[in-house]
Amino acid sequence: MSEVTPRLNALLAPSPGRRFSLALPSIWLWRLASVAVAFLIWEVLGRSPISLALPPASEVAVAFGEMLAKGEMWAAYANSLPPLLTGLAIIIVGGVVIGVSVALARTAEWFLLPVLIIFQTAPVSAIIPLVTYAYGIGDASKIVAIMILGLPLVALNSYKGIQATPPSLIAMSESFLASRFDTIRYVILPSASGMIFAGLRLGVSGAFIGIVLAELLITPTGIGDLITYNRAIARYDKMFAAIVSIIALSAVVLALLQAVETRLFRANARALP
Amino acid sequence: MTLAREAPAAPPAPMPDEKPILVADEVGLVYGGNVTALAGVNLTVPQGRLTSLLGPSGCGKTTLLKIIAGLIEPTTGDVTVRGEPVRGPGPDRALVFQDFALLPWATVLDNVGYGLRVRGVPRQERDQVARHYIEEVGLAGFEARYPHELSGGMRQRAGLARALAVRSDILLMDEPFSAVDEQMRRKLQEDLLELLRVEQKTVIFVTHSIEEAVYLSDQVIILTQRPGRVSTIVRPDIDRSGNVDEIRRTPRYMELVDEIWAGLRQYVE
Repeated sequence: MSEVTPRLNALLAPSPGRRFSLALPSIWLWRLASVAVAFLIWEVLGRSPISLALPPASEVAVAFGEMLAKGEMWAAYANSLPPLLTGLAIIIVGGVVIGVSVALARTAEWFLLPVLIIFQTAPVSAIIPLVTYAYGIGDASKIVAIMILGLPLVALNSYKGIQATPPSLIAMSESFLASRFDTIRYVILPSASGMIFAGLRLGVSGAFIGIVLAELLITPTGIGDLITYNRAIARYDKMFAAIVSIIALSAVVLALLQAVETRLFRANARALP
Repeated sequence: MTLAREAPAAPPAPMPDEKPILVADEVGLVYGGNVTALAGVNLTVPQGRLTSLLGPSGCGKTTLLKIIAGLIEPTTGDVTVRGEPVRGPGPDRALVFQDFALLPWATVLDNVGYGLRVRGVPRQERDQVARHYIEEVGLAGFEARYPHELSGGMRQRAGLARALAVRSDILLMDEPFSAVDEQMRRKLQEDLLELLRVEQKTVIFVTHSIEEAVYLSDQVIILTQRPGRVSTIVRPDIDRSGNVDEIRRTPRYMELVDEIWAGLRQYVE
């Protein structure tokens, strides 16, 4: 108590320059609080007699620990992770490269843009089972499902980001004798980075939806199978534990992406008004 | 009277003490096959002087400046710098933009050093040159700031420092002070004159303000509207050796502003 009080006082004391000194300690504190509130609501709903299919958060947490200890979770991820990571790598690298090159090389625009837009608006869950006919029920199908969901988002956003570069900045760069390559790396890419990373965030979320859809609809293995199986045998606590695990993993990947963005374009983040 | 209304397209005889550094010969530009933006523009820019391109909006003065900068290729005619035809942007010309065109994610120091960076000048030397010009335009102390932290006037000072840093002989300024308020515009005009006493530059200055053109220029080239062509060339001949804020009070200044307005109003009505 005696150790905490002075620190608390320091936090609560009005500091010059900042109006909300309470926001200072860490943004993580607020994020944790948000998660805690969500779990609290879940716990309350789970304990109220709404449905047997909604177990309280605490039971799901216990099931989660149990699945880790017994190795069920690890076995499932050993199955799901290789195609997931491969798919992620393809949509991140491929999506950015496709989007950027379509925007920079105007000749490819008329050809690729309609394809990307069709894929973005297609009813994907209806198409995914058809992937089996072409790629069987192995990892290839899972990767294709991830690509269908993630690639157009990444490519289209990269494309739009490049297109949105203010023309006067490009004219400025050219007038100061920058090579095309220098204009791209010093002006166009930094200018587009915000949109590119927004697309990557959407694409990563799409990839996680893609892997689960693929494992639910075509290849009953890995984490998708863990969800289906536990739902079938009415172990809803385990089913939710599997769902929570995939949400947590996607949150980790999104946080990594954020860290990369801050590191690569730190000045952009600082320069935000 | 210096107004040469009788022979509109002909450049006036050069003054004995000046040689032309830049010449536009029958420059014309047609957009999309049928819109004529510029038709047969002839002009001569004397070395070490400030020449304004003045005209109502839509007369193609910014387009003409971009052709001189090498950013747009004219449909007919050509621009020569010291006898060499312009084939694109070159090290002899540096641009100052109407909307500043500063990189929002880069500091003032990095923005000012941009032209040197893409020319392969190493960081240390680049920063040294950039600091020199940042100080010269009156932005010392703001090197580490970002454009959004600066006022419009300060942003244009950074834009000017960036153009000076590449040490081109010719500065091309595209309505550089039109995006700042009146008080700041006057201050920037005065500071530009002070600066040009130190830096020996040839300046081509696009503006739609008669007062600005007369105040700053050794030569005012008045363009007419649609298609743009040279209507009149005026030599203000104002004594600028004294204090810069006295120029606006000279009878010659006021007389010229009225005279140019009398000539331009027919295009506005």
